[in-house]
Amino acid sequence: MILRIALEERLVYRGDFALGTLMRFLPIITQIFLWWAVFQSIEGRMAGYSFEDMVAYYLLSMLARAFSSMPGLASTVARQIRDGEIKKFIIQPVDLIGFMLLGRVAHKIAYYTVATVPFALVFFLCRGYFTEGWPPAIVVGAFIASLVMSFLLGYFIDLCIGLIGFWFLEVSALLFVYMLLNFFLSGHMFPLDLLEQPWRSLVDFLPLKYLAYFPAAIFLGKIPQDRLAFELAIEVAWLVAFIGLARWLYARGLRRYSGYGG
Amino acid sequence: MKIAKSVEHPNYIQVFATFAKNSLIRNMMFRTNFVLESISSASWALMNVGFYLIVFEHTNSIGRDTGWEKYEFFVFLGTTWLINAIVQAFFMPNAEEFSELIRTGGLDFALLKPIDTQFLVSFRKVEWSSLANVLFGLVLLAYGVSHLVGRSTHPWQIEPITWLLYPVFVFCGVTILYSLMTCLAATSIWLGRNQTLYDFWFYITNFSRYPSEIYETGWGLPLWGIFTFAIPVLVVVNVPARLLAQPLTPRSPSEWALAAYTLLATVASLLASRWVFQRALRSYRSASS
Repeated sequence: MILRIALEERLVYRGDFALGTLMRFLPIITQIFLWWAVFQSIEGRMAGYSFEDMVAYYLLSMLARAFSSMPGLASTVARQIRDGEIKKFIIQPVDLIGFMLLGRVAHKIAYYTVATVPFALVFFLCRGYFTEGWPPAIVVGAFIASLVMSFLLGYFIDLCIGLIGFWFLEVSALLFVYMLLNFFLSGHMFPLDLLEQPWRSLVDFLPLKYLAYFPAAIFLGKIPQDRLAFELAIEVAWLVAFIGLARWLYARGLRRYSGYGG
Repeated sequence: MKIAKSVEHPNYIQVFATFAKNSLIRNMMFRTNFVLESISSASWALMNVGFYLIVFEHTNSIGRDTGWEKYEFFVFLGTTWLINAIVQAFFMPNAEEFSELIRTGGLDFALLKPIDTQFLVSFRKVEWSSLANVLFGLVLLAYGVSHLVGRSTHPWQIEPITWLLYPVFVFCGVTILYSLMTCLAATSIWLGRNQTLYDFWFYITNFSRYPSEIYETGWGLPLWGIFTFAIPVLVVVNVPARLLAQPLTPRSPSEWALAAYTLLATVASLLASRWVFQRALRSYRSASS
């Protein structure tokens, strides 16, 4: 039911939506040209990436971001806390975390029913950059698993930031810092392999890399197959940790919540 | 005829000074917000520099034989930030407000004022916090230039004329971007509302942020042509940055041709924006009330 409402809401503006998705690939074009020029001057590979890999990486990380980004989630949660709209979750037998999650799932499904066409088009046009072709089935499986988990992880991290609103009421500054770090350290801006030590190891310890870098790295075979299970297990651990944190924040938050507004 | 002559023209500089003062007062009313906004725009800039630092860890120049090495490129980046920050400080808030004025019908009041309407709507607000990035751009410029002048293998000789021409071309760049923004904002008269203004602006100016050499390949050439001649955003940063950073010595003659073209493009785009703006005003029908 919740799913259907959200789905219908999203499909109202599908034309605009598909066009917007295509437009989102435009900044990548300039990135590709930039990297082309850089690869011209080094003649060879950079941190294990050829030029083709680099293009493929940007396309894949874009796909991963389409799963993991949660536009407006944290600010919506914080706003609901501030205006007291959150009261409806207290009096109704509906769980906020579950309700919001379903809303987001629907949002993403709706997004993909429309966005598949432009995504498929771009990937088809750029198929030449995937020099290795399709990776083995096990890698594809891990890739899909990492995409699904990147969605969940993105959701719970954002939710936690929103729930901090129980204490601070205004989370926009915090959100901005998160967005900034996310952009830089998730691998959205560049493949994380380019980082020097000790930054490389530091980023490896953070959960942000699962939001963009990790799925792309799996697909491109940057992660050895015997380590796949281990890396995925760490991602699951992060996910569990953030689910726990979100539950705890919500429970603690409700206790100190005073229900402003009417 | 007599009446028209007796109408006193407002002193545009004074009017602008008043606008700037009012905006500063308004900005200072919310001081914490002002500081936060300055910090946030500066941190985007820092992140950008971080990205290029990483790139230059792996390569020593962008493109083969283009001469865009690390410090030359810092000069380029500094120029980019400088120009964009000026545009954001002076024109961005006005362009946004302009769309809003059209939607709400508030433009009526602007039309009634005894002052040029384009001037009024494009200079009304100044976003002082964006000037943090002007400062940031200047620091980056100074850093890049001082390295280029001070390095041991062929240090740059910067001729005095360069210091004179650089601000001129920065001004040209700002003017071109201003014209483009005015055209985009004016389209909201026809479209009623222009939500994608911001996106579109971002996508177009995105092309101006890189040295033009990167487009000199296969299907980059048509892009280069479009963004040099049809919508001249590529010369905005490239011409002044190249003038100062001198990635290639001796300069190639095409640089002077491009510089001359930039002057022409500046005048042309300013006239174009004026024309579009006035065409748009003619089809303006007041809203609401």
